[in-house]
Amino acid sequence: MEIIFNGKPRETQDSISVQEFLNQLQLDCMQVVVEHNRSIIARQRLDETLLNHGDTLEVIHFVGGG
Amino acid sequence: MRGSWCFMQIKVNEKNHTFEENTSVGAVRDRIKADADLLIVNGFPASEEIPLQNGDRVILIRRGEIPGADELDALLTARHTPGVHEVIKGSTIGIAGVGGLGSAIAIALTRTGVGHLIIADFDIVEPSNLNRQQFFLDQIGLPKVYALRDTLSRINPNVRVTACHLRLTPTNITEVLGHAQVLVEAFDLAEQKVMLIETFAARFPDRPIVTGSGMAGYGPANTVQTQQVANNLYLCGDGSTAAAPGTGLMAPRVGVAAHHQANAVLRLLLGQNPTSEKE
Repeated sequence: MEIIFNGKPRETQDSISVQEFLNQLQLDCMQVVVEHNRSIIARQRLDETLLNHGDTLEVIHFVGGG
Repeated sequence: MRGSWCFMQIKVNEKNHTFEENTSVGAVRDRIKADADLLIVNGFPASEEIPLQNGDRVILIRRGEIPGADELDALLTARHTPGVHEVIKGSTIGIAGVGGLGSAIAIALTRTGVGHLIIADFDIVEPSNLNRQQFFLDQIGLPKVYALRDTLSRINPNVRVTACHLRLTPTNITEVLGHAQVLVEAFDLAEQKVMLIETFAARFPDRPIVTGSGMAGYGPANTVQTQQVANNLYLCGDGSTAAAPGTGLMAPRVGVAAHHQANAVLRLLLGQNPTSEKE
């Protein structure tokens, strides 16, 4: 299936969770905010949230300093 | 035939007055505050021969005079774009973290005249903060939120400040920042930024969050930008330059990012998109 990941189409396997998708990209979940279909999702829900064909996923990476 | 238009309504120091058409700002000064030596018309300094028009706003200032409380609001905002102050003085903004970003954002929003600031931080002012954070030598050892509250009241005592000396966690964020119509994320650590945004967005999905990420070092200021990175999330910074060994945090670039954030808040309050001219 295809999702829109950070604004671009991307192929991924069916019935994958957001957590599994992030794991494949080797992203540190502690330093990213994830927006799924225009809603920010909390990290406790990354595992239970499944991606569907056509979904949009934005992953915003944060760095320290302020 | 002379109709009602031979008179005009002028606001002088925020009070309504009626003058004959074509009265000059100098003539208004002579009648209302003869010792004023700074004349401002519609947010801009004016010379005394300038004729006024119906609906103009005039601020008359005597340099060096500390105004009374009732006049202060008008005088503090004399250089604002007219109409801005009325909108923002009714607003409540939450600022999570008052280090390099948060202290500068709080000062900018106080000078702009927001009605209510909620500031939250667990930290104490230390000497190493003074290279970029808006504190003073005589505030070392004070909780940052109390030191900042004092500073803000010296700038604009009409801004209400709720100072919360505590560590924000997933269990208290809703309670401490629940009245904020816009949330400013101004933490230092990436994990804390993420925790705050996730928690606030889960409870208040319709409220905008303005966050900072990537403002360390002394790279070009022009790489610091305001971007909409999610539906209700605006990110100010270059997005990548972390504070790290060899890349410190310094006043200029932290200040650039902080004022991107403050400007994004102001635009949101005024119903404008923070990232473009389109409404």
